[in-house]
Amino acid sequence: MQEQTPQTESQPERIYRHALPVRIWHWINALAVFILIMSGLQIFNAHPALYWGDRSDRDKPLLALRAMKTESGEVKGVTTVLGHPFDTTGLFGYSGDKVRGFPSWATIPSGKWLAMGRQWHFFFAWILAVNVFLYMAYGFASRHVKKDLVPTRPDLRNIPTAVKDHLLLRHETGEAAKRYNVLQKLSYLGVIFGLLPLIVLTGLTMSPTMDAAIPFLLDLFGGRQSARTLHFITCFLFVGFIVIHVSQVMLTGFFNNLRSMLTGWFTVRTTGAVHEQSEAPGQN
Amino acid sequence: MNNPKPPARIDRRRFLSGAMQTAALLALAGCDNLSRNDWFPSLLSKTETLTKKAQRALSSKKAMAREYTEADRSVVFPANGNSNPEDADYQAMITKGFADWRLEIGGLVEKPAGFSLTELRAMPSRTQTTRHDCVEGWSAIATWTGVRLGDLLDRVRPKPEARFIVFYCADPDEDGDKYYESIDFDEAYHPQTILAYGMNGQALPVAHGAPIRLRVERQLGYKQAKYVMRVELVERLDNIGGGNGGYWEDQGYEWYAGI
Repeated sequence: MQEQTPQTESQPERIYRHALPVRIWHWINALAVFILIMSGLQIFNAHPALYWGDRSDRDKPLLALRAMKTESGEVKGVTTVLGHPFDTTGLFGYSGDKVRGFPSWATIPSGKWLAMGRQWHFFFAWILAVNVFLYMAYGFASRHVKKDLVPTRPDLRNIPTAVKDHLLLRHETGEAAKRYNVLQKLSYLGVIFGLLPLIVLTGLTMSPTMDAAIPFLLDLFGGRQSARTLHFITCFLFVGFIVIHVSQVMLTGFFNNLRSMLTGWFTVRTTGAVHEQSEAPGQN
Repeated sequence: MNNPKPPARIDRRRFLSGAMQTAALLALAGCDNLSRNDWFPSLLSKTETLTKKAQRALSSKKAMAREYTEADRSVVFPANGNSNPEDADYQAMITKGFADWRLEIGGLVEKPAGFSLTELRAMPSRTQTTRHDCVEGWSAIATWTGVRLGDLLDRVRPKPEARFIVFYCADPDEDGDKYYESIDFDEAYHPQTILAYGMNGQALPVAHGAPIRLRVERQLGYKQAKYVMRVELVERLDNIGGGNGGYWEDQGYEWYAGI
């Protein structure tokens, strides 16, 4: 109602942006990834340290979240990264008056309960794996991957400009907003064909039966403990992706984006600059 | 502040972040509630059968766990669970160097039999340097020497109705419940499944399960029962212990520990 009229007259245009299979995939994936991250941190808390190679030599962790008693008798959370200790009381190592790697708000279940964390993790791991497989099959069969995700030559030439625009929080409008920009394409491709297969394979490498069935997995990742470390790093690459993804969704019109991923329909202004009013389409 | 617009936007933002925080808290509380009701954990645990079937379909019955070299051994191999069982009978056995100990194998077999440590040592042995993967996430490598469980089973001749092999152990927990484990025939007849009496070239130490412990190399650490006293072949597991086939299984861990 109190909308400022942009300088140029802009025409809202509704386009059908996300096909139904993509929308279903997205939300199942979002749910599964959230639960997998949090139940994964529950599992990690059972032995909150990471190593490289086949064995876990306890004197040589790459990362360790521990609790230590100071001389005054007070307990501190200490995170050790490559031999360098940091005080992380309240967050890592010691939080909520308990000795635990990650705090209770970050794990499923919230209290220490490895057996239940595993149950959640493996159930949603199956959902994620099947979901990813179906999406890939659909993505190739429907040419969604080729049409919408693989960057074109002009896209690739445009990377420096796209990086600059993103850093200045300048977002596409009009025609350009109807397609994914090059950074979006590359990050979606990276998640779908990089992080997702990597998280599944490093996860499988932690399974002793899978190591017997496919010994190559151990060679591929440099051992079971290396696979566990890579699984953890990939998990935090997912966290990084989610933070950037959700903040971009908010910056470029939260409700418009949310609606497009729920109903498929996305509103684009065909003319007129709406840089400062980036939330404007959602307010209609 | 005369312009009514900026506060409106802040309110929306505040509303959004408030709504998201509330949703997150509700979701977390919801997950905790789901973990404690009846139907949800039983739905989650359906995964175990799926995982077992998928993994067994993907791996051949004789797929071998990787064997390492002696140079790969862990300098310190953590002794999880009991490291010196507080059980009078067991402590008496240590004193006598397990001279009177006999491994009884019975249940659904044609020829129940008992084996002394000397008799087990006289049988053909297998030595393997393998990785022990704890359910907690850590791994340690050691060399194990023992007799193949399959050889022992052949001697007692399992009856056709036998489906599981149960291992009864000497170590009690704080409540006095003793450790036990079970595996099926696929795992029992695997070439690397042994009852180990030796570790890293020495007699199996008390901390690691003297006089013998089970090694099931394609499964997690809690299947590798220590202090094995008696083996029983059974048709079903629901009438033993807590009914789930093992000490940790009775606390909610999966019976199939291949992942």
